Amino acid sequence: MIVTRNLQKEFDGHKVLCGIDQHIEKGEKVVVIGPSGSGKSTFLRCLNMLEVPTGGEIIFEGVTLTDPKTDIDKIRQRMGMVFQQFNLFPMKTVRQNITHAPVLLKKMTQKQADERADELLERIGLPDKADAYPGMLSGGQQQRIAIARALAMDPDVMLFDEPTSALDPEMVGEVLEIMRELAEDGMTMIVVTHEMGFAREVGSRILFIDEGVVAEENTPYEFFNNPKNQRLQDFLSKVL
Amino acid sequence: MMELLKNIGQGFYNAWFPERRYLAYLSGLRMTLLISLFAVIIGIAIGIILAVIRVTARNSRNLVIRILNRFAIIYITVIRGTPMIVQIMIIYNLIFTAPNTNPIVVGAVCCGINSGAYVSEIIRAGIESIPIGQMEAGRSLGLTYSMTMRTIILPQAVKNILPALGNEFIVLVKETSVISVIAVNDLMKMAGYVGSRTWDVIPPYVIAAAIYLIMTLGLSSLMSYFEKKMGRGDRK
Ligand SMILES: Nc1ncnc2c1ncn2[C@@H]1O[C@H](COP(=O)(O)OP(=O)(O)O)[C@@H](O)[C@H]1O
Ligand SMILES: [Mg+2]
Repeated sequence: MIVTRNLQKEFDGHKVLCGIDQHIEKGEKVVVIGPSGSGKSTFLRCLNMLEVPTGGEIIFEGVTLTDPKTDIDKIRQRMGMVFQQFNLFPMKTVRQNITHAPVLLKKMTQKQADERADELLERIGLPDKADAYPGMLSGGQQQRIAIARALAMDPDVMLFDEPTSALDPEMVGEVLEIMRELAEDGMTMIVVTHEMGFAREVGSRILFIDEGVVAEENTPYEFFNNPKNQRLQDFLSKVL
Repeated sequence: MMELLKNIGQGFYNAWFPERRYLAYLSGLRMTLLISLFAVIIGIAIGIILAVIRVTARNSRNLVIRILNRFAIIYITVIRGTPMIVQIMIIYNLIFTAPNTNPIVVGAVCCGINSGAYVSEIIRAGIESIPIGQMEAGRSLGLTYSMTMRTIILPQAVKNILPALGNEFIVLVKETSVISVIAVNDLMKMAGYVGSRTWDVIPPYVIAAAIYLIMTLGLSSLMSYFEKKMGRGDRK
């Protein structure tokens, strides 16, 4: 579904991604872990071209995203993204946050989008917040709504960049729970996180990114019980 | 003491009533208001164009945009870095050399060119104050750059822009007084004219000051009225 070939990214001469080759299949739940500053976010943000790679290729459902002729806006409609800082639209109600893009992009009428929003809000357990503004909600609630907003576009893949890192500890669970359900429903997911429990239980494959390369990748069991890379061993001994 | 007060009163009387001098202030006021109004329109037009160039150049590799951006930066730097009176003398002698040019046009163009530089920076700062995550959230949903700008960024930026723009217009109304140095009969010029008739310049200038003060106070209370009205929409 997503293929990266020798994916590279530099920021003003500073190499952040040094050639990443990945095949991500439909239905996979790829969890990305690694030290801070190792390039995890940059990798994820390259996948939907929020960062434009400086080398290599990205192919999504047969389309080469790194080709300048590709209509990236069309592609992004099929790739949902959830940010660490939620990034909800503060001047819009929760329902408007969810319906804005599908209606503006003419995927749905306002009425259809409203019904879909109510469904999604039901699913994330916030049916009574449709008319609230994001500023009135807790971080956990905002992040669940951000997930619903991305789902409203019916994406084929969901990208999560540390979705629980900005949350108070007591709200982490409710967000992970939504993500877990999403995984059970068969969504293809790529998740950057420090939640090792989630990685172990939900991940189908785990990547350890270190200094801009995938230093180790494996099934959760092998990854956590039998890490081979020395830096991964050090990393795990610190976070587990 | 009484004598002094009487003299002052007489001075103001002379500066206002004889020869229907109040009409001079009124015509000057009319000129100042018209020039301010048109200068604001020109300033906003120039400001929006410059701000659009500056903001789109931020993440564009397009050569034309980048060249335009260079010019915009030069324009803004020069206008903000030089006194308006110097700009007026140059623009006036450069463009309006033909006789019988309309003084309102002269004044409005001079002040508008000046104001545009400030307005563009106000708009740009307003847009750039919106967290980058808002643009990224919009783009990640598949919205185009201009859709996101129009429906997500600008509606938020306007809340920062409008109050600053209001201040800029108050400054502009006062600044138009500088155009009295060229042949424009604005409020400032008319006060000077009355002074030259009465041989007592202070009272007419004090009267002009009072009229400017009334205008700026009126504008700022109008502004805070609108700010309150806008602020009520999004109590958080
Ligand atoms: N927009 C940017 N401009 C310059 N450097 C950046 C930018 N984004 C990220 N970097 C740098 O790239 C490196 C990797 O960042 P990031 O991918 O955010 O790491 P991680 O998500 O693993 O913590 C860091 O050194 C960071 O400073
Ligand atoms: Mg990161």
